[in-house]
Amino acid sequence: MRVSSRPKHVGRSGRAGPVVAVLAAVGLALLVLPLLGLLLRAPWAELPGLLASEAVLQALGLSLGTAAVSTVLCLTFGIPIAVLLSHSVHWGVVPRRLLRAAITIPLVLPPVVGGIALLLLLGRRGIVGQWLAEIGITIPFTTGAVVIAQTFVAMPFLVFAVEGALRSADRRSELAAATLGATPGQTFRLVTLPLVAPGIAAGAVLCFTRALGEFGATITFAGSFPGVTRTLPIASYLAMNSDPDTAIALALVLLAVSLVVLLGLRDRWLPGVVK
Amino acid sequence: MTLTVDVTVSRDAFDVRAAFEVPDGRVLGIVGPNGAGKSSLLAAIAGLVDASGAIRLGETDLLAVPAQRRGIGVVFQDFLLFPHLSVLDNVAFAARVRGGGWTAARAKADPWLTRFDLTELAQRHPDALSGGQAQRVAVARALAAEPAVLLLDEPMASLDVEIRDDVRADLARHLREFGGPAIVVTHDREDAAALADEVLVLERGRVVQRGTLAELAAAPATPWVERFAR
Amino acid sequence: MLRLIAVAAGVVVLAGCAAPQTSTVTVLAAASLTDALDEASAAYRAEHPDVEIVVGYGGSSALAEQIVSGAPADVFFAANEATMQTVVDASLAVDPEVLLTNTLELVVPAGNPGEVRGLADLADPQLVVALCDPSVPCGAAAVQLLDLAGVTASVDTYEDDVRAALTKVALGEVDAALVYRTDVAAAGDAVEGIEIPEAASVVNRYPVALLADAADPAAAQEFLDFLRSAEGREVFERAGFVAP
Repeated sequence: MRVSSRPKHVGRSGRAGPVVAVLAAVGLALLVLPLLGLLLRAPWAELPGLLASEAVLQALGLSLGTAAVSTVLCLTFGIPIAVLLSHSVHWGVVPRRLLRAAITIPLVLPPVVGGIALLLLLGRRGIVGQWLAEIGITIPFTTGAVVIAQTFVAMPFLVFAVEGALRSADRRSELAAATLGATPGQTFRLVTLPLVAPGIAAGAVLCFTRALGEFGATITFAGSFPGVTRTLPIASYLAMNSDPDTAIALALVLLAVSLVVLLGLRDRWLPGVVK
Repeated sequence: MTLTVDVTVSRDAFDVRAAFEVPDGRVLGIVGPNGAGKSSLLAAIAGLVDASGAIRLGETDLLAVPAQRRGIGVVFQDFLLFPHLSVLDNVAFAARVRGGGWTAARAKADPWLTRFDLTELAQRHPDALSGGQAQRVAVARALAAEPAVLLLDEPMASLDVEIRDDVRADLARHLREFGGPAIVVTHDREDAAALADEVLVLERGRVVQRGTLAELAAAPATPWVERFAR
Repeated sequence: MLRLIAVAAGVVVLAGCAAPQTSTVTVLAAASLTDALDEASAAYRAEHPDVEIVVGYGGSSALAEQIVSGAPADVFFAANEATMQTVVDASLAVDPEVLLTNTLELVVPAGNPGEVRGLADLADPQLVVALCDPSVPCGAAAVQLLDLAGVTASVDTYEDDVRAALTKVALGEVDAALVYRTDVAAAGDAVEGIEIPEAASVVNRYPVALLADAADPAAAQEFLDFLRSAEGREVFERAGFVAP
């Protein structure tokens, strides 16, 4: 059970081979240069005016609000799914793989397809949606639809982050809690959750940024109406048709918010992950 | 009350079977080679793994009782302190889960910190403790739950050699003060001699001998016992 | 690594050699042209098996933006002249010619569950109404049409191209949308069209042009000539387009 603190090969050589270095550099360039292009092409002089425009502020407010609600929903439902997934190691191969596949689907599915699927389920003529319509609830083209679409695509990020934390945490602490009189519920609340808190925080951050950037499922399922369903990515995409400067300004806002969330929260909230 | 154990624990390689009694105030050492099933036996008594047979405390059958209601305290081999809780909160944990919130639980934990000389370490987290300190926290945490039975799994194994004599003497004192039935799993003769009143030898899941160390040395039942007791 | 590139290059060269006669014409076209242009391309291919016609459909404005940003294409077929003008302004299109015209129509799901009768019904907040986003031609035309009719529509969603709006009507999620009459014809039984008298005054003119950076201008020009020919026009007229 006791493991020496560090595998031996780490630090054996401080330098990677030249092939690794070149490939990594090319890969990093692919990741970073497009963002650089965005920054260089940005209409900096007009930017304050563009950013203060009602269309941008409206889209920003809608995006932040819906992404926050989606993240809360992902936490509410995703943590139990992660617990189920971590228990599934005791199941048979088939149900275990089915569960994992079900959770992975939104990751590999093109978001537009996810949006179509949501429409066919929750639309006015959808399997569930037609019942809802009878009692006067219509979901498509509402802010609620944006939240559902975002939750759909962002959930796997949270589930897998928490599941990874559950797997790497020393679960024997739960046994210790039981011998001290803790019920399973108390053990989960007082021991398991705090142990995986860094994983939950990391998952929530990923979840929030994914929800913030969600486009395809949203435009398909929720449509696009200013202030109701037109989030930052959709506003940016539509602006590209007629007004590239505004599109770039919107993209910059999205980029800035994502960077602030990823960098800012990590240092403050996730010392365990950064370390 | 007397702890009566007569159990079979299923394992991959072989089943572990043992039957013995430990009366109040007595410490039974369980010794044996690595992999003999000592820890499995302890886990079964604590209710952490399934077993068949009987585990009784006085007249109460504990076998069907879940771990959290057995009233059996455990000091784990690598202590398993809660890494996210301070020393104080580790010791207060048992009181906390009985209800009443952290403040009341911490008040109840306070005397245990004093008794185990942990007051100055109260706000430290487990990763900032030495091996000896961590062991004291683990024993204090288990005893603060006021268990009817105390089980210790290799409590000395992860300690540095230099401090072992002191720690062992402290632990022996706490075990004497405990008053209920106690079981110490160890593979070390000196630990068995200092902590246990008599020992039970387990080899490949079977009890091969039981007695004081002197009795074992006088008439060893197996070559392993002969090497151990000498 | 280098060896890999050499092998890949060899494969490309061999593929090129295997069919030396083939040339490819890449067309970027407005979403509303989808079915008619597919049919026209198939008709052309039947006569010119050596020419491959590849068409990318989308919102005209997005396509224009892609061309200005350097998308490799030979022909641009837009849904209005303003969009084409952005490509001409970038000196990337040569002599656009208006080939077709199209007008808007109300489209409703089969059975008309929202009981839509005319443009004025779009003001009903109880109905789910989709328009194209004003930044794409069908949306610009819709705004113009509603202005002319003096109707303030209660819109639920602005779709990014006309086919997206049409699909949501066909799925029954939207009670009414303004799309091109050619789209209504193409969508078949899932939808019903409602002609609107005001529509005749807002006409979308579809210009087509050879692009300045065409890889094979001769082949592209030949395809353009076919689209202009009587045979080509007939395909579009069958789909509901009208000659200018």
